[in-house]
Amino acid sequence: MKRVIATLSAAALLVAGCGGSSTGGAMENAAARKVTGQVVVFAAASLKESFTRIGTEFEAAHPGTTVTFNFGASSTLARNITQGAPADVFAAASPATMKTVTSAGEADGEPAVFVRNQLQIVVPRGNPAKVTGLADFARADLKIALCAKQVPCGAAAERAFAAAGVVPKPDTFEQDVKATLTKVVLGEVDAALVYRTDVRAAGDKVIGVDFPEAAKAINDYPIVALKSAPNAAAAGAFVAFVQSAKGQATLAKAGFAAP
Amino acid sequence: MSRHRSGAPAALLVPALIGLAFLVLPLLGLVIRAPWSRLGALLADPGVLTALRLSLITATVATALCVLFGVPLAWLLAQPGLPGRSLLRALVTVPLVLPPVVGGVALLLVLGRRGLLGGWLDRAFGVTLPFTPAAVVLAEAFVALPFLVLSVEGALRAADRRYEEAAATLGAGRWTVFRRVTLPLVAPGVLAGAVLAWARALGEFGATITFAGSFPGRTQTMPIAVYLALETNPEAAVALSLVLLAVSVVTLACLRDRWVTRV
Repeated sequence: MKRVIATLSAAALLVAGCGGSSTGGAMENAAARKVTGQVVVFAAASLKESFTRIGTEFEAAHPGTTVTFNFGASSTLARNITQGAPADVFAAASPATMKTVTSAGEADGEPAVFVRNQLQIVVPRGNPAKVTGLADFARADLKIALCAKQVPCGAAAERAFAAAGVVPKPDTFEQDVKATLTKVVLGEVDAALVYRTDVRAAGDKVIGVDFPEAAKAINDYPIVALKSAPNAAAAGAFVAFVQSAKGQATLAKAGFAAP
Repeated sequence: MSRHRSGAPAALLVPALIGLAFLVLPLLGLVIRAPWSRLGALLADPGVLTALRLSLITATVATALCVLFGVPLAWLLAQPGLPGRSLLRALVTVPLVLPPVVGGVALLLVLGRRGLLGGWLDRAFGVTLPFTPAAVVLAEAFVALPFLVLSVEGALRAADRRYEEAAATLGAGRWTVFRRVTLPLVAPGVLAGAVLAWARALGEFGATITFAGSFPGRTQTMPIAVYLALETNPEAAVALSLVLLAVSVVTLACLRDRWVTRV
């Protein structure tokens, strides 16, 4: 009899878990099962510093787990996932790239927006070209780097330029936000558009310049556990951890805004 | 050789066929999965033609540079009794085994706007190389040059030195000997090396995107266009790949029978 009750209550817990919203369900599942083993997280390049820290915190909170990251352009990661790359969690830098994964039926539940990010102008230390706003991106005498429009930071940059009515004259379209930032760090370009968080992560090698149109090009970052996750329990736990107060505090420290 | 054909051991034949299938099947897959019905529309995009033209021009210029500097370098390496030859050859081979992206970073650090040489170029002449077609050519030449040098060096060392000695005995100067005797002797080797270098330059991706960036019509070569198309429009990427495949196959087919097998 006791056993029957135990089975029933476990089933009820499971039903509750399934019935709730994706994140709520993930959290309860995580609480119900012991989380161990490796969790593979595919995350947008712009999340590199903050997620690396969250990974360490997650491993400390769940002894016996190891978090392995694959950082890159969200669009590349989304394509890898739909082609069967073994991943447990996907965190994208835009809803559009997340949609690639959800419409392929690869997401376990609805993605949840966990942070927002804003573009910022980034210039080399000392700002040699005296860049002050988006209008400078139309100057032909400057070397300008932008993200390719296929990746989220490039799409956001397009929105910002449209809002400002500026036609930029870029010299290169880089394949992800970190590649764009690198060109500024090396001093090869005079200005670029990256996320505020990337500017902060680059430290004193670069300077960030705010511009008013950034408010019109804000990127929502969705996260989701994947249906074919090799380690579903840990996937749910990681998604929950990113949304927990501790995870959010780490993200805020990196310069992300709350959703 | 034909006497023993029936006795080809399975221990060799089976792995040989697996190896062949491994090389051929992915290309076959590309051809089979290609969106043939929409191919015309996909390739009619003006961006495709721009990228293809840029690729063909830069690869050809890079190959010309390779021949110009690579043949003399190969000649130097092939000189008997050259001190430190194994070290020199190792240095020439490094870009061959180096990941191209590393080559791109190295080029950026030397020829970039703040690079060792590039900084001086910028200050003295106002010339900056990154993000220009010239940077694409340099990146391609950097990875392609070893192919040409090693190919020509092999031909030089296999060539019969007695012709050169005879020419010298008959009173020809060293430059004349090189131009009239040595060069014609190793011409097939030079051509084979040039084709290899051209093919390598055409396919260059890592060093190019790192050093030259990616801008349509200026630095966005076919391989970079394929990579970016894959982000949003995989069908277009397959169509572009097909073009590169066709160009490579046609080039090899044109030259292989006539030159490459002779070496």
